[in-house]
Amino acid sequence: MPGTRKDSSFEIVAREDFSDVTFLLEIRHPLMAKAAQSGQFVIVMSHAEGERIPLTLADFDRGKGTITLVVQAVGKTTREMQQTCQVGASLHALVGPMGVPSRASGAKKVVCVGGGLGVAPVFPQARGFKEAGAYVIGVIGFRTWKLIFWEDRFRSCCDELILCTDDGSVGVKGPVTEGVKRAIAAHPDIGEIVAIGPPVMMKACAEATRPHNIRTVVSLNPVMVDGTGMCGGCRVRVGGQVKFACVDGPDFDGHQVDFEDLTTRLKRFAAEEKSALDRWSESCRMKIPPERAVEEALALPDPFEEVAGG
Amino acid sequence: MAKKRTIRTIPQERTHAREQDPRERSRNFSEVTCVFSVEDALRESERCLFCPDPACVEGCPVGIDIPGFIRKIGEKDFRGAYDVITDANLLASVCGRVCPQETQCEGPCPVGENLEPVAIGRLERFVGDRAIKERWTSVPHIEPNGFRVGIVGSGPAGMACAADMAKAGCEVTVFEAFHVPGGVLRYGIPDFRLPNEVIDAEIDNLRKLGVRFECNTLVGRLFTIEQMIGEMGFDAVFIGTGAGYPRFMGIPGDSLNNVLSANELLTRCNMMCARDPGHDTPLPLGRRVAVVGAGNTAMDATRVCKRLGSEKVYCIYRRTKAESPARFEEVHHAEEEGIEFHWLTTPIEILGDGKGNVRGMRCIRMELGEPDESGRRGPVPIPGSEFEFEADTVVIAIGTHANPIIGQTSRLKLNRRGYIEVDGNLATSLAGVFAGGDIVTGAATVIEAMGAGRKAARSMKTWLGIRDTDTVYLPERAGSDDKLFGIDFAEKSFARVHLTSPERASGGDTTLTIRP
Repeated sequence: MPGTRKDSSFEIVAREDFSDVTFLLEIRHPLMAKAAQSGQFVIVMSHAEGERIPLTLADFDRGKGTITLVVQAVGKTTREMQQTCQVGASLHALVGPMGVPSRASGAKKVVCVGGGLGVAPVFPQARGFKEAGAYVIGVIGFRTWKLIFWEDRFRSCCDELILCTDDGSVGVKGPVTEGVKRAIAAHPDIGEIVAIGPPVMMKACAEATRPHNIRTVVSLNPVMVDGTGMCGGCRVRVGGQVKFACVDGPDFDGHQVDFEDLTTRLKRFAAEEKSALDRWSESCRMKIPPERAVEEALALPDPFEEVAGG
Repeated sequence: MAKKRTIRTIPQERTHAREQDPRERSRNFSEVTCVFSVEDALRESERCLFCPDPACVEGCPVGIDIPGFIRKIGEKDFRGAYDVITDANLLASVCGRVCPQETQCEGPCPVGENLEPVAIGRLERFVGDRAIKERWTSVPHIEPNGFRVGIVGSGPAGMACAADMAKAGCEVTVFEAFHVPGGVLRYGIPDFRLPNEVIDAEIDNLRKLGVRFECNTLVGRLFTIEQMIGEMGFDAVFIGTGAGYPRFMGIPGDSLNNVLSANELLTRCNMMCARDPGHDTPLPLGRRVAVVGAGNTAMDATRVCKRLGSEKVYCIYRRTKAESPARFEEVHHAEEEGIEFHWLTTPIEILGDGKGNVRGMRCIRMELGEPDESGRRGPVPIPGSEFEFEADTVVIAIGTHANPIIGQTSRLKLNRRGYIEVDGNLATSLAGVFAGGDIVTGAATVIEAMGAGRKAARSMKTWLGIRDTDTVYLPERAGSDDKLFGIDFAEKSFARVHLTSPERASGGDTTLTIRP
């Protein structure tokens, strides 16, 4: 019941690190767990001076009263969260669920594609389709085998699962579009594809399905401030029209989305983000042992790196 | 009171509030206009003629007893003045700053027919600021009545409604989507016009009335309006979510980076404190910023950009200064601070640098044609007058559409343009649900939203069967013509006198029934 919950008491009740950049947070928010539907997102502020960043809901457990977020530590905010968001800590702000929930299309056979960070938010969609009685083919892609997570969760709700890795260490070698192409080749009767991941991946999926005229839904995650339709920072071009991802989306028809525009707009604060990260890393390096600092400096950028306002 | 005041005996000169020097203030976020000193306030209070039928009260959307509070100032009873204002308006400090007094209370002031009108806004702010400094609050005795009222949105409409319902004895909860309450007062109006401390103080006053604020709550998505009335057990709901879905121009280059809405600029600067290096939210601005539009929001945007260090700030508007919807004072302040105005100019294209950034803007000159439906002369392009200029940031401040979230998530009836449809009592199509402010009228002023919040509160009380208790705080006014036993005829409170048992109903008429 609202009214019993105090502000800023969004407690982190579980955390799991999938790799040195990707981590999962489970946050107690019974009301949101009850309201959440697949395809929606939340806005998080980790501390009072922090920025508001949109994160797609990776899962929600109505029984436990928790929601799940998967965060990739790429920018200052998300890397800071990687350090501070430990079990027992609280987020400064958490609001949602936001956005229009994914519509049930009634498709009988669907492909759910997740690339990199998109693997997490596509999971509730796959589960939703399964619960609606569809035949679900999961296609999930990672850079390498070490970064794989939630394979078991996907196996539990997918009739088929195609794993893709960039380096071929597990499953199909290559991007997720390879998996999509295989799925299309094997199943001529696919009714819908849901693709979530970096813009370049969603664009490639939309191009892969366009010749087959398969309905393709993508979930966009542009830079936002409020997430309630008030700032217009998240505007995207869809079918030649301006839409706000926060209240008109975040799901859109992948064949209609102007990905060039999206990619450009995601770089809006690139310079500020880089300098914020540099400043922050510098201040951290003062505190951490030099050997780890070197390790951090040598860390390769993730190809699925997404500028999620972070 | 000494001799009767006339236009000839009052101080002829309107008292002017001290202002920060334009060159100085365009580099800081401190307030532009300083508050009246006690001497200023006393002198200005002497200019009020105490009209028997005050036009200023008529002009005030919330009906503050303006001569009443000015009289108290004259008597040096500042606390008393505060009580008079707070009868009608909890937000004296806010309204004294941001109301368009020239078209509301000060506009019809008879003193203004010969001299400059009484500086009502400045006096209101003087009282409000003094109350904050002295930590005065007007917390009346509140008798809980057991009703639960939910308010959606913590902006001016929601705050005004919350105050009235709390005073009436309801348990009031205000839901806000942002992490801090205040709505447009917080995210929209910059510190140099309305400091955050003032908003904090006003919100604290509401808390003292027992109002609870629930931030981080997006009504519609976390729970719906129907759920509030149903499973959550609210007896009545007020929706004051504001308009705030910014319009863009629909011209080429609209979605370039560095083209942003005034809402985004102001939210990043005001609420997220982007100007403070200790905060993470970025707000890169170019050296040359073009702001499109000439409303109050546009003025705020230009002046924020100037303060954030942009060298050149242009304001582009398709009509002339006379038609600009901004308050005269705001345009004047912006001009003083070195904002370059380009009247009779419309952008036709935002020019990109090929990398997604803005490099300039192409505009066309306009001239005024026939009056349009708004009564203002419509701008018409002058063929062949296109020109280009360089700019690296474009801020769009041309108004807003209705926010779609409540419409998407409830069965509430909306009008053609997406705003919530209400009747004359601000009741919506759902029983027990009322709405007011920008989400009903489209973009308007803070005080109009507050007026709507108060009006909705009156309707809500009628609907809940609560006898209006406004007059309890007004003993000195209770005896006036339109009131009987402190009950306002206009409120028609009598219809709500309940019979407690059938015996009483049948056995003799013990119920008070009065017809005005």
